[in-house]
Amino acid sequence: MTAKTQTLAKNLAEQKYKYGFVTAIEQETAPLGVNEDIVRFISAKKNEPAWLLEWRLKAFHHWKTMSEPHWAKIHYPPINYQSASYYAAPKQSAKPQTLDDVDPELLKTYAKLGIPLQEQERLAGVAERRVAVDAVFDSVSVATTYKKELESHGIIFCPISEAVITHPDLVRKYLGSVVPMTDNFFATLNSAVFTDGSFVYIPRGVRCPMELSTYFRINAENTGQFERTLIIADEGASVSYLEGCTAPKRDENQLHAAVVELVALDDAAIKYSTVQNWYPGDKDGKGGIYNFVTKRGACRGNRSKISWTQVETGSAITWKYPSCILQGDGSIGEFYSVAIANNCQQADTGTKMIHIGKNTRSTIISKGISAGRAQNTYRGLVKILRTAKGARNKTQCDSLLIGDACGAHTFPALESRQPQARVEHEATTSKVSEDQIFYCQQRGLNTEEAMALIVNGFCKEVLQELPMEFAVEAQKLVAISLEGSVG
Amino acid sequence: MLTIKNLHASIGGKEILKGIDLSIPAGQVHAIMGPNGSGKSTLSYILSDRAGYDVTEGSVTFKGRDLLSLNTEERAAAGVFLAMQYPVEIPGVSNMVFLKTALNAIRASRGQSPLDAMQTLKLLRGKASAIGLSEDMLKRAVNVGFSGGEKKRNEILQMAVLEPSLCILDETDSGLDIDALKIVADGVNALRSPERSMLVITHYQRLLDYIKPDAVHVLAYGKIRRSGGAELAHELEEKGYTDFVNEAA
Repeated sequence: MTAKTQTLAKNLAEQKYKYGFVTAIEQETAPLGVNEDIVRFISAKKNEPAWLLEWRLKAFHHWKTMSEPHWAKIHYPPINYQSASYYAAPKQSAKPQTLDDVDPELLKTYAKLGIPLQEQERLAGVAERRVAVDAVFDSVSVATTYKKELESHGIIFCPISEAVITHPDLVRKYLGSVVPMTDNFFATLNSAVFTDGSFVYIPRGVRCPMELSTYFRINAENTGQFERTLIIADEGASVSYLEGCTAPKRDENQLHAAVVELVALDDAAIKYSTVQNWYPGDKDGKGGIYNFVTKRGACRGNRSKISWTQVETGSAITWKYPSCILQGDGSIGEFYSVAIANNCQQADTGTKMIHIGKNTRSTIISKGISAGRAQNTYRGLVKILRTAKGARNKTQCDSLLIGDACGAHTFPALESRQPQARVEHEATTSKVSEDQIFYCQQRGLNTEEAMALIVNGFCKEVLQELPMEFAVEAQKLVAISLEGSVG
Repeated sequence: MLTIKNLHASIGGKEILKGIDLSIPAGQVHAIMGPNGSGKSTLSYILSDRAGYDVTEGSVTFKGRDLLSLNTEERAAAGVFLAMQYPVEIPGVSNMVFLKTALNAIRASRGQSPLDAMQTLKLLRGKASAIGLSEDMLKRAVNVGFSGGEKKRNEILQMAVLEPSLCILDETDSGLDIDALKIVADGVNALRSPERSMLVITHYQRLLDYIKPDAVHVLAYGKIRRSGGAELAHELEEKGYTDFVNEAA
């Protein structure tokens, strides 16, 4: 290796996980463990109405009867649910009303993460696209931008803890309506102890004029993050929403068990994109986030549409199946996924498309990339009920292997009770060939650049589904995630 | 430009090149001909540092530098270009993106600022039309679904864009019909210049009717058995390689 390539390798290694820093801030945390008192503590912290506390407690009691699911192709030592804290928040006297009231340390943190918390003035004649941000730091939302402007369109975009108080009817109507409180072990735990997340309501006929996004940051040590997001698009409404996530580098594993529920009424469309970059652990598998997430969208209305796009590069373990319930006639579900597992990461991810309504359509494109000693699994279900006359599904699962110590697995399930349904499934597995790397190197690219180019080409169909603002970032992230995976 | 001295090389411990001496002055085109398995492609891979091809003895000097001390991409940056016998497909990566990435990597190593999307597009359009490639080809994924002729033309396009000082063409004529051969040869001839040397590897004299070499070398059994002018190619076409095979045996 020459001096030049050595410097390059060093630079890449240093930038590999650039979000691994810790913010030094005074925090209030709940005592370790989960029990009825902790559930009450969280509910009291959020000044919640009685109905929600009851809902939480019901979930908690149900959770105690459940056991952790082990059907996924992931392995990890038993999690002690009583050894972590379920609530952590920066200490402050009252919820900040404007950015000026927010702790400067927090503002610095988001600046470092590259998340804009300052609203930009719309310049006359400049068609620049803006992004509204809800910033969730451990268990609380610390800032939400463009709220006023969005309100002028009738759009509600705020922390869910705030929506519970300001829009109780909407929250009560839809919370747990897509992912029932008793759905699964992790979702039920979340229902008991969820702390913050975003709430979005787009009123009838409104197209949201900007991208909405939530940025989740885990900072506190030895805590879990249990976020809850609820997005409702009323008749004829549309919205594009993006979530991003990062966490400090730590040797201990941290649990992140989120629930996301989407509801689309007649002719509504929700596009939900995720760039998941939780700390993946070191190259020997030490540390990293356990990402056990339940995401589901209900296409309740006729001709409604829900589209999931995910770029999963982080976490020690990813267990996540963003799904669509296609209830309305002519409704459309889409799932576009890039999952990268490097070093010792394990990813078990996919989707469920449940066709209920007539002429419902779904598309699944999954790109799994495995490198190092990682295991990457696609797990999917396409279920077509007898009522879903004229239903169609197209599934494409491609796996790419880098090196010979990793694994790619595909478990596509198909259940159709509708004889006229049309279902297509395609799957491929390929390796990045030495020929491809050599070809790129001979044209002047170094190994890392060559790998980034080839893998980005492999993921192109999915990455192009991301909102423009994030597509470029995602491409870079793909490259960084694979650093050190070759030679 | 390029001086090879007593070059020995092996693949997996088996010696393929057994002492090559070759010198190509700037601006000249040299052809290497020889029977199958003589080591022609090995020589091209040795010059571009392909993994699995090991130099066991000898030296290669390129523009006054020790070429063997550089890795593949450093050689590319220094101006070595290998037009491959079997150009590789890269699904999902457009020709345009590939060429922009390569060009800017090479520019960066030369201390030049990167070209932006508009500048690159303008450059690529010009180069592509000069060798009769449609703009549509720039948008398609690298070599995916290209015909044999399109792949070879695409190699010439890359060569034209990256402007190397040593072009190695490894059996660029293989699999081409006569029309495609002419187009490729025209592309190569357009790139001939006093600052650029070329090493043309081929089985057949046919290509050399279109690309006139300054010298022809016969490589057989790992050594250059004979060198001469363009007329040597014609002689080989008539007599075949039998003499050299006997000589080596």
